[in-house]
Amino acid sequence: MGNIGALFQALPGAVSQGVLWGIMVLGVYITFKILDIADLTVDGSFALGGCVCALLVVEKGRGPVEALLMATLAGFIAGAVTGILHTLCDIPAILAGILTQIALWSINLRVMGKSNTPLLKVDTIFSKLVAVSGMPQSTVAMVTGIVIAVLLILFLYWLFGTELGCTLRATGNNEDMIRALGRNTKTAKLIALAISNALVGLSGALVCQSQKYADIGMGTGAIVIGLAAIVIGDVLFGWVRSFGSKLMAAVVGSVVYFVIRAIVLWLGMDANDMKLISAIIVALALCIPVFINKWRNYHSYSEEGPTC
Amino acid sequence: MLTLTNVYKTFNKGTINEKKALNGLDLHLEDGDFVTIIGGNGAGKSTMLNMIAGVYPIDCGKITIEDKDAQSGVEKVINLSRMPEYKRAAYIGRVFQDPMKGTAAGMEIEENLALAYRRSKSRGLKWALTRSYRWGITKKEKELYYEKLKTLGLGLEERMTSKVGLLSGGQRQALTLLMATLEKPKLLLLDEHTAALDPKTAKTVLDLTGRIVNENHLTAMMVTHNMKDAIRLGNRLIMMHEGRIIYDVSGEEKKNLHVSDLLTKFEEVSGGEFANDRMMLS
Repeated sequence: MGNIGALFQALPGAVSQGVLWGIMVLGVYITFKILDIADLTVDGSFALGGCVCALLVVEKGRGPVEALLMATLAGFIAGAVTGILHTLCDIPAILAGILTQIALWSINLRVMGKSNTPLLKVDTIFSKLVAVSGMPQSTVAMVTGIVIAVLLILFLYWLFGTELGCTLRATGNNEDMIRALGRNTKTAKLIALAISNALVGLSGALVCQSQKYADIGMGTGAIVIGLAAIVIGDVLFGWVRSFGSKLMAAVVGSVVYFVIRAIVLWLGMDANDMKLISAIIVALALCIPVFINKWRNYHSYSEEGPTC
Repeated sequence: MLTLTNVYKTFNKGTINEKKALNGLDLHLEDGDFVTIIGGNGAGKSTMLNMIAGVYPIDCGKITIEDKDAQSGVEKVINLSRMPEYKRAAYIGRVFQDPMKGTAAGMEIEENLALAYRRSKSRGLKWALTRSYRWGITKKEKELYYEKLKTLGLGLEERMTSKVGLLSGGQRQALTLLMATLEKPKLLLLDEHTAALDPKTAKTVLDLTGRIVNENHLTAMMVTHNMKDAIRLGNRLIMMHEGRIIYDVSGEEKKNLHVSDLLTKFEEVSGGEFANDRMMLS
């Protein structure tokens, strides 16, 4: 265990990381919460975003903003591939995601040409903003992340209020019904998967620029982090009702996750154990409500009739 | 109005589980027909409705529907035979047997109605990005929904922002019925839509069905296992057996039917089959 000062030093970095990963969580939210699909493409498309970003910034000498946009586009295409496998070829969503994810591993290696690329000598949006504002890197990353996240939440809030967005929500709710009401559920799913992974790709590129390297394995376990963040957001903000606040809760969940992670590391645990801890967090968060319910039902039983 | 010509459908073709569900089905519906459909399990009643709605493709044959062109007002024949399910929805409203199937549980009553209200509306990118639902359902729309919900007499008009998941099966089925007819369909398909309800609720929903169909002069097909209902409702009754229509009665003749007549008819059919079996064995 380090001293408490070290923890406070680590916190700004953790928060900024949480916000940047939070953009990926928004993507996961679309598939997991709205479409009711666990989309495993995420692990691949997150790394894809990072790899595309690194390739453009380091090898091609392009600007960091252009790299972000291209990474978003790459994620969009990756999601569309999963969507096509799922809708056109009737492959179950989980399997379609796994197929794209595993294919992306090779594609990402091809994109970068090696397993990791440092971005030490090039400009990133963060280094540029640090130069302009004079604030520390972690603050800049946090503020930039918050601005982007808020813009995206506004976009998603708008999108899910449109005819298309409502078709997406209804598709996750009751596919038979919405097809009987004349909406093409296959197109809806394809679009949702593509938009979701576009956000994931963008998040991958942002994380790549903030940590100043891209790694072939940077997306491993991203889906679990995404689920953990959503679940944490749900637990903390279960009472919020509006769609916008729920998206906000997901991003805050991501921040909380990374703060927990910082604390765990500060407690002296191995960083490699983090995946185990993530899995435990998700599993606990998913099963605690179930057990509370069962416990309540069991104990509210009385043979004599109502006690009230 | 609706014409089915020589429609065949076989499930699990070429396997040991092969099942001929529709066996050269011919049917013609006139505008405003309210047809009740009876028949034993596996007679092909639900399959027929599903084929019309486009849930599965048909093996061969033709399904057409007549529709007035919105601009010119000219009647034209639309071939539904190979049209995907979601496109047929422009002409067809449906209520399923399972009350859970016709509504989106996680969405509000008014959101469900708004989805239904746009059933046959134009598509396209501009349409898709039009804001509506919840944040933008117009006041006029809300008033319409309020009035329509009021006609159900279930008090749902006061709960328009409640999630549909909170409603009972009967309430959900009544709502589905309203949704299927909110935007007047060319054809209304009711697949045993009261089978999962208790007798009292079933009667309420059934009376509502009769009223909505009559008031809107809808063309409708209703599958039921209740012979009394089949006689009481509608102007035409068909009995199915082994993927074919074996009895088709309408008008005065139908009004004068009794359950015992239908039972006799049923026995005739199965009896005939029995005789055939005997002949084959002897």
